[in-house]
Amino acid sequence: MEYFLQQLINGLTLGSIFGLIAIGYTMVYGIIGMINFAHGDIFMVSGFIALMSFMILGIAGVTWVPLALALVLVIAMIFTSVYGWTVERVAYRPLRGSFRLAPLISALGMSIFLQNYVQLLQGARSKAMPPMIEGGFTLMERADGFTVDLSYVRLMIIVATLVLMIAFTTLIAKTSLGRQQRACEQDKKMAALLGVNVDRTISLTFVMGAGLAAVAGCMYLLLYGVIDFYEGFVVGIKAFTAAVLGGIGSLPGAMLGGLMLGLIEAFWSGYGSVEGKDVAAFGILVLVLIFRPSGLLGRPEIEKV
Amino acid sequence: MTGAGAATPLLEVEHLTMRFGGLVAIDDVSFAAAPKEITAIIGPNGAGKTTVFNCLTGFYKPTEGRLTLRRDRQALLLERMEGHHIAVKGGIARTFQNIRLFANMSVLENLLVAQHYRLMTASVFCVAGLLRLPGYTRAERRAVDKARAWLERIDLIDRADENAGNLPYGAQRRLEIARAMCTDPVLLCLDEPAAGLNPRETAELNDLITGIRDEFGIGILLIEHDMSVVMRISDHVVVLDYGCKISDGTADFVKNDPAVIRAYLGADEEEQIAMPAGTPADGSGPPGGGEARP
Repeated sequence: MEYFLQQLINGLTLGSIFGLIAIGYTMVYGIIGMINFAHGDIFMVSGFIALMSFMILGIAGVTWVPLALALVLVIAMIFTSVYGWTVERVAYRPLRGSFRLAPLISALGMSIFLQNYVQLLQGARSKAMPPMIEGGFTLMERADGFTVDLSYVRLMIIVATLVLMIAFTTLIAKTSLGRQQRACEQDKKMAALLGVNVDRTISLTFVMGAGLAAVAGCMYLLLYGVIDFYEGFVVGIKAFTAAVLGGIGSLPGAMLGGLMLGLIEAFWSGYGSVEGKDVAAFGILVLVLIFRPSGLLGRPEIEKV
Repeated sequence: MTGAGAATPLLEVEHLTMRFGGLVAIDDVSFAAAPKEITAIIGPNGAGKTTVFNCLTGFYKPTEGRLTLRRDRQALLLERMEGHHIAVKGGIARTFQNIRLFANMSVLENLLVAQHYRLMTASVFCVAGLLRLPGYTRAERRAVDKARAWLERIDLIDRADENAGNLPYGAQRRLEIARAMCTDPVLLCLDEPAAGLNPRETAELNDLITGIRDEFGIGILLIEHDMSVVMRISDHVVVLDYGCKISDGTADFVKNDPAVIRAYLGADEEEQIAMPAGTPADGSGPPGGGEARP
């Protein structure tokens, strides 16, 4: 029981991070129907930006952790959003209206470019950061000394994700920008005829996705304390899997898929083998795709006439 | 001979030509549409009516010709404008032959999207919207009020929160017109608004369209096969055939123009055209349009 609880906490944390990144994949897919393979690398870039901001703030003498954290989050979100915007502007917009595979190939190229760019600038070795937030609650203790810990970092990740999800859902459902995005998702030409600036809406979608990935990047750095130039690929593929699992194009689906994937990984590593966790995650993806091709919450594609 | 107020037309189409490769869809068509008037564009299937609309609304770049819209004493060249500028700066709104509502959004939201331009400015890119600042809430309340007023008018106020895709066909047509009107256009382009409507719905539609003309004083361009609609409500009729303009004038003039009768092929069609003079709209099949009810 205690062991189960601990794995549940671990799974939820990991799942939150996957979920935040998966939203970026799912939103971009929803609005322009392409998989943004560079999204994982945007996440990686945000990790480096967060690391650098921590260092700079440390030198500048900002040592009060909550303040430093808040500043780092804001800085990372701003800079990562600029990356997201630039990627769309440089690699995808010129190819809009081209054949379907063109932006996909461009995305792969962008992914390779970002990896090498970071590798060149930051070196190939992983960068480590001392833990910023230590300690936590001990929820339970077993007779043999095994404790169930909810560290402050994990708690913060889960809470931050929850808050962001609520804010984000409100944004999509209630604000004018959200309405605009949903309109573009359904019929871009009609939206343009009603005066919606479609190009700007798509740019904002990328910016929002990158912003969420930036939060995920900061959280990831705080949780594991290391980041390297290749991190984005693995985590990106996992988050993409989460988006597909939940039903690509669906926002709650992305979050649900992320959480499920995190839990599967945590429990598989806890009860099975750590080496087999990726096999388990992708195995379940295959099963879901066989029996529910549109994902858990996705709507089946209906051909428009 | 033209029914349009020749002094200051709202829209001037001059020598419009649209070629797709070797196919000439529109061949040197010129006409004008006046404000506060309903200008109908009629013609057999394939005459190029919808192509004219597509050129006006930026879907196609005309091969040749000039499209001038006069708004606030400014002359705008539509063929040089892109995408959303045509709606925002030009003030042109249109509906489609096959309805293009946002089917997965609510009826009310469909009308709000059309007003987003003002809302976006008020919400400073959604920042104020998320924080619910007073300026934004006021702008949004105004937008919702306007949308509700339109829903009252088209008799859909009770279904405001339903998905637009679930509405019956006739209601979807009315909603599409209301949505176009929510962009505050100066020129409203309606592409076969009566297709697939029953006689009662068609009569309601006539009232809606003439009501819009009289109340808002905007120009309306109307493509329609249903002659009971065209002859009853239009102030000015332009007839196209094979991409060329063959007649232009008031409904009565066009109805008796031999060129038009010839284009509509033979005596049967002559009856079709003459039909609505006194008889009530019976919704008989328009030439070629047919019952499009899904």
